[in-house]
Amino acid sequence: MTKVVVAGAGSIGSLLAAHLARVAEVTVLTRREEHAAALREQGLRVSGRSDFTARLGATADPAALPAAELAILACKGTDLEPLAARLEGTLPGATVMTIQNGLGAEEVVAAHGDWPLLSSVTFMSGTRHGDAHVEYVLDTATWIGPYRGTTEEDARRVAELIEAGGLHAEAFPDLRPAQWSKLIFNATVNGVAALTGLPHDFHFAQTEAPSDLGILVRDLVDEGKAVAAAAGVELHDDPWAMNVLATERGHRHFPSMLEDVEAHRPTELESINGALAREAWRLGVDVPLQTAVYRLVKAREASYSE
Amino acid sequence: MGCGAVGSLFAANLSLLDDVEVWAFDLNELHTAAINRGGLRLSGAGDVVGQPRATSDASELPACEFGIVATKAMHTEPAIAATAHAFADGYVATVQNGLGNEETIAGHVEGVIRGTTFPAGKLLEPGHVQWDVQGDTTFGPYDERTPLAEVERLADACTRAGMPADAVEDARGPQWRKVIFNASTNPIGALTGLTHGRVCERPDLRALVTGLVDEGKAVAAAQGIELDADPEELIDHAARPEVAYDHKASMLQDVEARRQTEVDYLNGGIVRFGAEHGVPTPLNAAIQALVKGVEASWTQN
Repeated sequence: MTKVVVAGAGSIGSLLAAHLARVAEVTVLTRREEHAAALREQGLRVSGRSDFTARLGATADPAALPAAELAILACKGTDLEPLAARLEGTLPGATVMTIQNGLGAEEVVAAHGDWPLLSSVTFMSGTRHGDAHVEYVLDTATWIGPYRGTTEEDARRVAELIEAGGLHAEAFPDLRPAQWSKLIFNATVNGVAALTGLPHDFHFAQTEAPSDLGILVRDLVDEGKAVAAAAGVELHDDPWAMNVLATERGHRHFPSMLEDVEAHRPTELESINGALAREAWRLGVDVPLQTAVYRLVKAREASYSE
Repeated sequence: MGCGAVGSLFAANLSLLDDVEVWAFDLNELHTAAINRGGLRLSGAGDVVGQPRATSDASELPACEFGIVATKAMHTEPAIAATAHAFADGYVATVQNGLGNEETIAGHVEGVIRGTTFPAGKLLEPGHVQWDVQGDTTFGPYDERTPLAEVERLADACTRAGMPADAVEDARGPQWRKVIFNASTNPIGALTGLTHGRVCERPDLRALVTGLVDEGKAVAAAQGIELDADPEELIDHAARPEVAYDHKASMLQDVEARRQTEVDYLNGGIVRFGAEHGVPTPLNAAIQALVKGVEASWTQN
């Protein structure tokens, strides 16, 4: 059986670990020892679109990780640097896959080891109901592509493994078109949700009156498209169409940036909106609206101490 | 019309003049009853007990020479629609925030006076208003149907009552100065939760404020309006610790209390006049959409 390490057991890490445990030998690396103990003792329950309890290994100590062919780093973007640092010198022979939102995750990991690297973005979502229970909410795909020392064939093998476990995945020769589609989508939807307090609902697609929110959303998407074009990236999906489609699902999704702001936690702003804005500035593309959203959310984080 | 904090400052002070009879119209019956029982009390920057006649029933209003509308901007239409009968031969001034109040009032009465006022306070309890800040008021004719001499009569009465007021031929300068100030700072406070001083000390956010100010100035210039002061200087002045560093913008207070904001009349007004004069206002439009989104979130969640 393939041996897999999933580092980070938030909702995405938990969904991956539990489903992969049906077709592979999975060990979860957690931050807290109680979390690892709960997973070892109770297994990891999945409800929602899947319904089973997975048996898997778990530890909070990177040195205790078994040898593995694949390691998926599934923490939030804000936790990736410390996680990669903890993994330095471990997981010899493993291919490491990032799955964070935004841009730059691969470079962060690359600086801490010479593992072969895969990139991925995921569109699935889940809700954690405790350390040993995750609800599978949106069953959309995870997209995987080569990054350093890997090929499309490596991406395909991982996609097939994830599919065999019961999730959706697809391999691409170059992930950037998909990564940028999601980057622009997230920079727009997450930023606007965090500032307005609105979940990703019908307001984001409303474009009748001049002050309708959908007009701002569309203008932000257009700025993002201009940056992608300047970066030479041909988008895989139109982020505006992704936005409209998501609002039509009838499921009022609360983007993580909104949840973070409401809970006064640091957001993934820097790796999403910050990354897009910095690309725009580097390429000389004018993005006044995205710059405004970036500055406003950054200031909102600064207001936590008020 | 609209006897909240600002309306009460005018009503109480004007009622002290021997040659002026003041009626206070407000929908809050507890407030009007308290005024009729014990007078309208101001305390703070000035201590005054005025004796206006107060009512929540517009049909009680006699024919008046002047009206002053002091409601929130979104209540202008119902306020003037209910009271217009009292001003068939009179003139109605607005001392409200934002753009578009004059147009709304002109839909119901002939004689309209544009006004901008800086005094501020808050309603403490029915019949009692805290007077926080003294300040000047500028009045001017809205169009040729209002003679400057009538505007001067109103300004003179206000000045004699302790509310210093000027009458000028074109009162758009002070109005746009105040609108640009408010539209460029209030929503930033409302969206970030930061006080005025903390907004201004973050260079990235201060740059966003300047972007909003520049759009407002361009829209004013396209109409031939000369601002009577540079909003940038007023914004920096207000950010000083001894002025308004710790001030939470009224729009931030509105958002925290989940009250509808005046964003449609501030940023929305700049966007509307910009569109009429071919001046792009993308940042003001974005800020308006975000604050409208905040308002929408209260009913969605």
